[in-house]
Amino acid sequence: MNIHEYQAKELLRAEGVPIPAGEVAASASDAEAIARKIGGPVVVKAQVHAGGRGKAGGVKLAKTPQEAREHASKIVGMQIKGLTVHKVLVTAAADIASEAYVGIIVDRAAKKPVFMVSPAGGIDIEEVAAKTPEKIMKLPVDTRYGLTPYQASQLGFFLYDDVKKVRAAAKIMQQLYAAFMKHGCSLAEINPLVVTPKGEVIALDAKMSIDDNELDRHPELEQLRDATAEAPSEVQARAASLTFIKLDGNVGCCVNGAGLAMATMDLVKYYGGEPANFLDIGGSSNPEKVVNALKIITGDPNVRAILFNIFGGITRTDDVANGIVTATKQNPLKVPIVIRLTGTNEEIAVKILKENGFSAMTDMDEAVQKAVQLATGKGSSVTPGRARGLQS
Amino acid sequence: MSIFADRNTTLIVQGITGRDGSFHTKQMMEYGTRVVGGVTPGKGGQKFEDKVPIFNTMHEAVQETGANASVIYVPPMFAADAIMEAADAGIKLIVAITEGVPVLDMTRVLPFVLEKGARLIGPNCPGLITPGKTKIGIIPGRICAPGRIGVVSRSGTLTYEVVYQLTRAGLGQSTCVGIGGDPINGTNFIDCLRAFEEDPDTDAVAMMGEIGGTDEQNAADFVKQYMSKPVVGFIAGQTAPPGRRMGHAGAIISGSSGTAAEKIEAFTKAGIGVAKRPKDFVELLQARLKSSRRPTTRRAPAKKAAAKTRAKKR
Repeated sequence: MNIHEYQAKELLRAEGVPIPAGEVAASASDAEAIARKIGGPVVVKAQVHAGGRGKAGGVKLAKTPQEAREHASKIVGMQIKGLTVHKVLVTAAADIASEAYVGIIVDRAAKKPVFMVSPAGGIDIEEVAAKTPEKIMKLPVDTRYGLTPYQASQLGFFLYDDVKKVRAAAKIMQQLYAAFMKHGCSLAEINPLVVTPKGEVIALDAKMSIDDNELDRHPELEQLRDATAEAPSEVQARAASLTFIKLDGNVGCCVNGAGLAMATMDLVKYYGGEPANFLDIGGSSNPEKVVNALKIITGDPNVRAILFNIFGGITRTDDVANGIVTATKQNPLKVPIVIRLTGTNEEIAVKILKENGFSAMTDMDEAVQKAVQLATGKGSSVTPGRARGLQS
Repeated sequence: MSIFADRNTTLIVQGITGRDGSFHTKQMMEYGTRVVGGVTPGKGGQKFEDKVPIFNTMHEAVQETGANASVIYVPPMFAADAIMEAADAGIKLIVAITEGVPVLDMTRVLPFVLEKGARLIGPNCPGLITPGKTKIGIIPGRICAPGRIGVVSRSGTLTYEVVYQLTRAGLGQSTCVGIGGDPINGTNFIDCLRAFEEDPDTDAVAMMGEIGGTDEQNAADFVKQYMSKPVVGFIAGQTAPPGRRMGHAGAIISGSSGTAAEKIEAFTKAGIGVAKRPKDFVELLQARLKSSRRPTTRRAPAKKAAAKTRAKKR
């Protein structure tokens, strides 16, 4: 789960990280009021889960509260990489002498959180890594011991020569690490970490991602989720405990298991179609989940055909069949459906489907081909007798 | 032979009385797995299905039964502790089925497991099966058949799909291992490939990867340098958009790394056969088994020893 800059800054501030004063606003008048309260020049920053906000015109300097109001009125409602901006952060502007990058990510290869710091801050760290890798220091942290003081100062010395700044930076590293661990992050980043002309070390921007698996342990973090930053269908899916990602194609996919779901999407593409979504109904599925899945898929006006691909292991295929029957009784389908299922309780599932006017296929490739044909309206190489997955 | 588990494997089920734990314990017992005990704190002294003794702690369970493996079905927030308890009790093969274990938990647990000299498979994995001998986890037994193909995969149901197709085509399996879809797990592709290379009863390996991370690329390097047996691979998520997590916590393309194209290229360079569809495994494996000209029943002892030293060099 990604959280916004203003939320990340609040979590870091709570650990003691020095951050310029700022508040979030949803309207131009609120932005003006905050700017007045702060006094002096402010920066108005779009709060949206996308990089490149500055380039898109979502970050503006305002010398007066009136100017802050004008910027906010343009930024709120703006689209950045397809996402609508609903809020802006109004924060005191800082003078910058130098910019550095500080980040922690969970590294798969090291199997540990790894600190990454670079004196070349303010720009995309991936760019630094590609062009000047020698300007990046990486330091894995053993979570059993935490970030030790000597490690924090190692990182600080990589950024600065002046020992006062090194100490200030080392303290910030410890605070960032504390926030990272406390909130179960998979990423925490300060970019840029700035030295002001007066020699203070402060965080000007912050980004944090929280491991979704930690949310049961930290229910308070769930409140930081911004549902308006996600597609409505994805919010609906999460409420139904489904994993759903909307895509641009027209073959609606409903699969059990993430790997098989991805492979099914790939196969749709292989046979000349485009998947409309990724949808994993998960392991121990019940009919209710299938009902919700179908609701979400049919809610997408682009969907021209629906494809079920179920390989029953823990998932009982009869549960899926019952779900399909219930869902289509509640809301009759307007598009054709192709059902492939095999595995646990397959015989019962096929019987349920047959009794309700559906038919099931057992071969994944045949089912995908059929769904693609129905969605694109191109040819029909599958013999009708084998592929009557179609409900009229 | 096989890898990691066989008829000598004696198993404790951690979370044996839970919904998933009890269901799959029955399935494992029906398959022939030697389930010698279970652990559910507070239910010590009871019996599961009137047969399997239940203990309060892993230490007690291991002391009483002498088990050498455990499988974990406890809820995600308790899984890390269960893994550590198993390792501390002296279990050498720990299979964690639980999905949703926080990644930071794993960063603490893994070094502990390694220090205890145990192998962890998972978490968030379907477990493993040595067809006809034993199964630990949730892979449906009836889709497998004993044979000489080693299977290793990051996914669950995709593994079933491929195994099902292999079995239907007469290609039985030596062992199938699901290593799980999480970014940090106990056993990776290389661990399994090395074991399959050393296993005299495996002739070829089918490997199913997915987008995210560099495990498949590292595995490709390993295959190129150390493997004499043919390997066929598949990468799921060729159509996945960057920056979106595809269900598995590990399945995300960040920046330019972890894409399917990158992984497929690594496979091709390493001489791994690339299956474009799950279906293609059958043909590619058959072709490679034919052309590898190695006797499909037994390998010459000298060659076996040579392969072993090569694989151990790393």
